[in-house]
Amino acid sequence: MYSEKVMDHFNNPRNVGEMEQPSGVGTVGNAKCGDIMRMYLDIDENGVIREAKFKTFGCGAAVATSSMATELVKGKTVQEALEVTNKAVMEALDGLPPAKVHCSLLAEEAIHAALWDYAEKNHLTIEGLKKPVEDIEEKIEEDAEQ
Amino acid sequence: MIYLDNAATTRVSAEVYEAMKPYFCEQYANPSAIYSFAGSAAKAVDEARRQSAALIGAQPNEIYFTAGGSESDNWAVRAATEASAGKGKHIITSKIEHHAILHTCQYLEKHGYEVTYINVDENGTIKLDELEAAIRPDTTLITIMAANNEIGTIQPLKEIGALAKKNGILFHTDAVQAYGHIPLDVDALNIDLLSASGHKFHGPKGIGFLYIRKGVRMGSLIHGGAQERARRAGTHNTPGIVGLGAAAALAAAQMEKSIDKETTLRDYLIKRVLEEIPYSRINGHLVNRLPNNANFCFRFIEGESLLILLDQKGICASSGSACTSGSLDPSHVLLAIGLPHETAHGSLRLTLSDETTKEEIDVTVEALKNIVARLRSMSPLYEDFVKAQRQDREK
Repeated sequence: MYSEKVMDHFNNPRNVGEMEQPSGVGTVGNAKCGDIMRMYLDIDENGVIREAKFKTFGCGAAVATSSMATELVKGKTVQEALEVTNKAVMEALDGLPPAKVHCSLLAEEAIHAALWDYAEKNHLTIEGLKKPVEDIEEKIEEDAEQ
Repeated sequence: MIYLDNAATTRVSAEVYEAMKPYFCEQYANPSAIYSFAGSAAKAVDEARRQSAALIGAQPNEIYFTAGGSESDNWAVRAATEASAGKGKHIITSKIEHHAILHTCQYLEKHGYEVTYINVDENGTIKLDELEAAIRPDTTLITIMAANNEIGTIQPLKEIGALAKKNGILFHTDAVQAYGHIPLDVDALNIDLLSASGHKFHGPKGIGFLYIRKGVRMGSLIHGGAQERARRAGTHNTPGIVGLGAAAALAAAQMEKSIDKETTLRDYLIKRVLEEIPYSRINGHLVNRLPNNANFCFRFIEGESLLILLDQKGICASSGSACTSGSLDPSHVLLAIGLPHETAHGSLRLTLSDETTKEEIDVTVEALKNIVARLRSMSPLYEDFVKAQRQDREK
């Protein structure tokens, strides 16, 4: 059901953990639908993401997409991190089963939530960053309407 | 491999397989045929019918072979309500039925029937007072499962049967998880219709039956030839029917021993898990419970992740998490017993057979301890819980 890459990131998740003093932290998803992701970012004075950590409650795909998302944003600038979309995460994992696509949306949303927190703390405006939604189902419905 | 998913399906036992073998390549005649070559197949079908009936105190001519539990459930609910539509169009069932019942009820609701879904208590036992209060003059069928497939709770069939009889209502029970596992007597329990499935008790897949009490009026679901007293058409699945009968005979012979063995192992498993894994709970009734069923919830973790990691240790299990139910909602059964969504997502069902060993249970518990700890170490819910506890202590 899952690709080898998904299984690899589920079995050996990269960057699991917490940060004491993150530059930004965001939690998305809800326990009702069974997925919660929390992402921590450590961002230097030039706006480059030095470290990313995550914790996830969810299925195999939820863990793998969180792990891949942290890998993809590390070393990128804040602006570049915005380009790590759910599609980018899915491609990097060699795809997800259709029922699990919402996990990759959650990963994208987790990055945005952490960046939003960073921007708020530092009174910055990040071009192209929208306030993240807590409930990913709303986002899926919004996307469907568009 | 450690196979702990016997509620999903079981291994066909060696005796059953041997009994089935002649009916593939040698005695392959259509049992309905007139020539003598068909005699052996016809006799074998009769014998299986007798064996299947004996296990529930029924008469052989009250057993109608079907393609399995889902067909039996669909047939019972649709045909029994259709036949009595003149009297009324109200059905009573429970919130924890198998989807073969629930989806059939939903189908009937779209076609002019009313359905009352009875609640269950925290152990998964249906509320009898609610059931009694739901009975109306136009109620024609009560359908309540004998034992739940997820949490193993055995329902008070005798009381339900008595209520149905007193009010002149047909009583159907989906006994797919119970038949061959626990004693059932259709007369003592006032059961009019009963569904069973071969592969749940070491028989083959694709075969089951519906017990229809003599005198119950109802039509067919599968129309065609005159098989099964013209109530269920289709050429007899001779090897399947023979296998079902052989499995029923074996179950009858070994039931007492199997119940003892499985119950002891099950209770050992439950005790170890609850004692050795913090923030775990057992779902379902502790006493009125299928001998082979253990269903746990582990807080702060999600079921599919748990299943994948157990699979990597060679352990086959199942879960009621959203990811395994094919929707975003966790199991309707776990929600019906009052569990919050996040707890219901972290469920694990382990179902034993009489082949399960204590060593296998020990290996499973050890694996489970490691896996639950590992998943909690990466769970934001657990992180929040630990932080809240720390703050409480500091206050």
